[in-house]
Amino acid sequence: MKFEIEDVTVYFPYDNIYPEQYAYMIELKRALDAKGHCLLEMPTGTGKTIALLSLITSYSLSKPSNPVKLLYCTRTVHEMEKTLAELKNLHNYQLTHLGPAARLLAIGLSSRKNLCVNPRVLASENRDSVDAACRKLTATWVRALAAENPNIPTCEFFETYERAASAAVLPPGVYTLQDLRAFGKEKGWCPYFLARHMVQFANVVVYSYQYLLDPKVAGIISKEMQRESVVVFDEAHNIDNVCIEALSVSVRRQTLEGATRNLSRIKQEIDRFKATDAGRLRAEYNRLVDGLAQRGSLPITDAWLSNPALPDDILKEAVPGNIRRAEHFLHVLLRLVQYLKGRLETENVEKEGPVTFVSSMNTQSGIDQKTLKFCYDRLHSLMLTLEITDTDEFLHIQTICNFATLVGTYTRGFSIIIEPFDERMPHIPDPVLQLSCHDASLAIKPVFDRFQSVVITSGTLSPIDLYPRLLNFHPVVSRSFTMSLTRDCICPMVLTRGSDQLPVSTKFDMRSDPGVVRNYGKLLVEMVSVVPDGIVCFFVSYSYMDGIINTWNETGILKEIMQHKLVFIETQDVVETTLALDNYRRACDCGRGAVFFSVARGKVAEGIDFDRHYGRLVIMFGVPFQYTLSKILLARLEYLRDTFQIKEGDFLNFDALRQAAQCVGRVIRSKADYGMMIFADKRYSRHDKRSKLPGWILSHLRDAHLNLSTDMALHIAREFLRKMAQPYDKAGGSGRKTLLSQKDIQNMGDGSVDEMLH
Amino acid sequence: MASRQVIKRVKYKDTVKDPGTPGVLKMSEEEFLFMPHNPKSASKFNVNFKTIKAQKNTKEGSDKPPWLNLSNNQGRSFIFEFESYSDLHVCRDFVAKLHSKLGETSEKSSLTCPDEQLSAPEVQLRIKLLKQNSELQKLHKLFVTGGVLSEAEFWATRKKLLDGDSSKKSKQRVGVKSIMISDIKPSSDGRTNKITFNLSSEVIFQIFAEKPAVHQAFLNLVPNKMTEKDFWTKYFRAEYLHSTRNAVAAAAEAAEDEELAIFLKHDDSLASEIRQKIRRVDPTLDMEADQGDDYTHLPDHGIFRDGSKELSESPHELSRRTLSHDINRHAAVVLEGRVIDVESEDSRKLAEALAQSKQADKEDEDAKLERFSRTSLMTEIEDLQAPHDLPLAQLCIKNPRDYFDSQQANALKNSKDTPGRVELTSGSLSTQEAYGSLRDSVSTLKAMGLNDPIIKPEVSFKVLNVLTHNISSTKYHLGKNPGESVLDRLPNARKDDLLHHWTSIQELLRHYWSSYPITTAYLYSKVSRLKDAMSQIYQQLEELKETVQPELRHQVSRLVRPMQQALEAAFQHYDADLQKRSAKNGEKPNGYV
Repeated sequence: MKFEIEDVTVYFPYDNIYPEQYAYMIELKRALDAKGHCLLEMPTGTGKTIALLSLITSYSLSKPSNPVKLLYCTRTVHEMEKTLAELKNLHNYQLTHLGPAARLLAIGLSSRKNLCVNPRVLASENRDSVDAACRKLTATWVRALAAENPNIPTCEFFETYERAASAAVLPPGVYTLQDLRAFGKEKGWCPYFLARHMVQFANVVVYSYQYLLDPKVAGIISKEMQRESVVVFDEAHNIDNVCIEALSVSVRRQTLEGATRNLSRIKQEIDRFKATDAGRLRAEYNRLVDGLAQRGSLPITDAWLSNPALPDDILKEAVPGNIRRAEHFLHVLLRLVQYLKGRLETENVEKEGPVTFVSSMNTQSGIDQKTLKFCYDRLHSLMLTLEITDTDEFLHIQTICNFATLVGTYTRGFSIIIEPFDERMPHIPDPVLQLSCHDASLAIKPVFDRFQSVVITSGTLSPIDLYPRLLNFHPVVSRSFTMSLTRDCICPMVLTRGSDQLPVSTKFDMRSDPGVVRNYGKLLVEMVSVVPDGIVCFFVSYSYMDGIINTWNETGILKEIMQHKLVFIETQDVVETTLALDNYRRACDCGRGAVFFSVARGKVAEGIDFDRHYGRLVIMFGVPFQYTLSKILLARLEYLRDTFQIKEGDFLNFDALRQAAQCVGRVIRSKADYGMMIFADKRYSRHDKRSKLPGWILSHLRDAHLNLSTDMALHIAREFLRKMAQPYDKAGGSGRKTLLSQKDIQNMGDGSVDEMLH
Repeated sequence: MASRQVIKRVKYKDTVKDPGTPGVLKMSEEEFLFMPHNPKSASKFNVNFKTIKAQKNTKEGSDKPPWLNLSNNQGRSFIFEFESYSDLHVCRDFVAKLHSKLGETSEKSSLTCPDEQLSAPEVQLRIKLLKQNSELQKLHKLFVTGGVLSEAEFWATRKKLLDGDSSKKSKQRVGVKSIMISDIKPSSDGRTNKITFNLSSEVIFQIFAEKPAVHQAFLNLVPNKMTEKDFWTKYFRAEYLHSTRNAVAAAAEAAEDEELAIFLKHDDSLASEIRQKIRRVDPTLDMEADQGDDYTHLPDHGIFRDGSKELSESPHELSRRTLSHDINRHAAVVLEGRVIDVESEDSRKLAEALAQSKQADKEDEDAKLERFSRTSLMTEIEDLQAPHDLPLAQLCIKNPRDYFDSQQANALKNSKDTPGRVELTSGSLSTQEAYGSLRDSVSTLKAMGLNDPIIKPEVSFKVLNVLTHNISSTKYHLGKNPGESVLDRLPNARKDDLLHHWTSIQELLRHYWSSYPITTAYLYSKVSRLKDAMSQIYQQLEELKETVQPELRHQVSRLVRPMQQALEAAFQHYDADLQKRSAKNGEKPNGYV
């Protein structure tokens, strides 16, 4: 369908549209017009992604003189593929209605591991070795050598790509990773470098959060994006954690040992060069005097991760004299590693700020702040000079230099915490020194500054006023949409008691109580016999899940469950989990029915949809609180309280409930879909917890469903499923319309949409 | 049936006592040929199958050797002794099929009906259908072999069954039990420290499928290195050690016995299988791809010991096999179902078949395409657009009666809220009015088009409900106790008789009424044939009513009455028609129109 929003003609690939999608588009359009940032919460299962994509592409089509570029960030590769698939639908629709004028180039960008087509490189096990194997074939000096000596292997895909030079372009279209690989194979061009090159010309780029948020990655990939871009962070409820991760480093014993090995190897290399090619080292020295530590324009294949500090904080000046010579720098690094080793030997937990840490380092090993700051760039320059290609071997020393640069650059918002062992396992000594960032706004600040519109959207952003504070920005639009429903297709319940009327909870003092475990088991056994197709269960942690499954296995509960449905379990092994998920879906497809056991903060909860028959019921066993005694968490809470006046309890509740909402919120894909959600813990009935749930769940949580026992929940489930099995009128029969056709939209003004939603 | 020729080594005997001439029997579609090994022997012959009238064979398990006796229309018989019963069965089936085919053609040629040419697959399909449905087979035997109906006539009313689709319908896969292997609990006699595990071929299959390492070990070790019994003893010993969770003891045992260690070690052969499978995974849930995507994958990058992170204990090599791993693996195997089609008690054979099926398992283009379509389906919002036709698996009900019987429970439950029976209102409209309303509805259809769905789901559901209710309840509700039917109280033989009569009457009536109005001589002869058959059944029903025990007579006559009424109506119509025809063209001879 096709309709107008103010001056923009929107092309939407379906025959109908939900009113909230329409309202969402209007808000988004206003934010784009105002060239400001916005924060939009819309329930899952209302087609956020397609609404976003179709508005922004249409917006850019309507302004052919100054088209905006869309940078779409997803958290995972599979979400990326899904987004691109939706974009493909949309693009096809636009092409049929607008013809060639609607042409655009959209690509997904991922790492070498996901894009490489060279079978020799792909044979490597993990992504680091894929990167290194690629460098071994494509680095400039390797290729220079290969030009003289044909026996040195190069990558034929990269060579053909290079030979094609400027002719190597992607024709317009939408390319998923799979399409890119297929295209690369067909043309004989390297898809990875082709994609990297095309990023600058593409109208839509879909990539992972890190490519924008992590300064190390953003520095090489997103450096040249123009200001007139719209940046979208989809599923952004965890964006603060991503920002914090991007600026944190931890150093363990293994790291230091590895770094020592790296240093001795570097020393050998330096000695070798001194003997054979001393001119090279001298040239580097001269370069550094001129202040060229940063790569100006390196060939694309040599590019490394950039400086871990944010672009504005990097000093644009010459490298200090004491580390200009290679052997001097090496000594500094050795002293640094030695100092860190000494600090790790502590018996107690230590916590200090970067300033004290740097000053104590200065007094003990004589490394000053400025030297620390330049460590990363200096190392990079040295590695290039030494022509080291097996970069995966040198990750440890990179980590150390990362740490040094960050600790030298930032004075607030960070703390250094040294722990001799994990508190949950005090018998295993595992010392770790962590540089932990507390301030999520640091990493995202350059993004807000650089791009004219940043859209942060998710199904769960409640409370919506907290995010601007955490990320320190001022949205021009901040809205939370509810869901207009044709029928009550979601059914949240709070289960507080088991079948024996005793309370259930994962509270620390109750979680190992056999009665609670049994009651949880009985709940599931009853539910598998009633609910068709797929059921998903979330537990608060892996260890709790393992324990409970073992108990259920011993007491025969698992066997009872298996009589009705197949059981699949998320494990810490990603490959196994992926296969288990695939099997789970197939079991649901073929009608066998299955239960999936997952963990609230795990990989599955983060990005896998359990819509339609893949999830008719989600059970959240317990409240997924963080481990509250963690030193890092305590430090972060303290920082939040001091800087943003956010209370500890509030933040912990908010964090736990957003995880819970995230887990249960993935059951709905559209309004034709339906699903139940059970919060199985007595603590959910308390107002301070419950009220943190997103509005669209709360509005369906009836008072009568707040304090249920297993048998009552079972009864409600039966009733609900029977009701949902009846045929219904999709368009929403009486009163409110829940499905708009093109005609409906033409007939009304903007006001009526708002009316419809509230 | 695919083989158009069968060649077997046999001994030919003139009589039963004859020691026999060894030679080769070659059967083709037309004839069979016997060639003695000794070329000088005089017993070489070939016989056309058309002359063969009957075949007999000895039963497996009897003390007689596998003999096949073919007798021709001159009364001569050919006796062959086979080397094994399986050979015999192959030949017997071959002859039987040919025979039935020849029988058909000969029968057909003798009739004056519109002839039909049958291709081989059609014939196969018919034979298959007859085999699957015992009721159909009975009817076929009764009427077609009994000469009441011709083959073509019989099948004409069952065109649906003959539709191409059903022949292509894939065989239903056999499932695997959902019980876990670890749930196979040993039994102990309570006095000694011995425990006993009971193994069946199904359990063995499951073990092989879930644990490729055990499968591999079995192929390698049995029977070269150890006997099957030793192998399983060792296996369960390892399992037992594992279940005690005594990692130290297990490690000690494994160090001593390298074969035992195979079972305790982490299963490495799964890894390659996994790598192959992960490539076929739906890209919308491929979390493995994420692992390689974060550029920040420097070791120790990010927060290591956060409150939200989990710790993983560094596990002992032997105990890496966790329960969740086993459960996942088990569920995957159950989902896959029984991939091999071997019903054998021999675990060696089982193991080999499984190994073969794994090799054959390769990805094809179809799977790729299907994956793409699934991805796009995953991204669409279903209710914003016209509905898709989802692929559906055909419901295969072998015996409809089973289905309706099982519906009985539902029907009884719902009987309170269904509106009793459908009231069949007799038509009170005149033809004029009826025509008018028909014309109206056609014109509205023309204007509006057909609604989609044509019938509202609620309505069709209601109708279906009432119909199935009626079908099952007529049988059941006659008795005082709704749970117990009249039929069930009858002696079994009676019950079968009644049901058989009922189905045959149905069949005959269907043919009977479909042949009116009589326009050809062929139809005329058919009707009279049918009428004769029906009056025979009518007689039988009368007899049945007489012979039944007095206490059941009333019930039986209630059951029989509708059948007889239907037959009477047919007879009446026949008589009336006959009178009309004779009145109209009395001078013309019978059977001429």
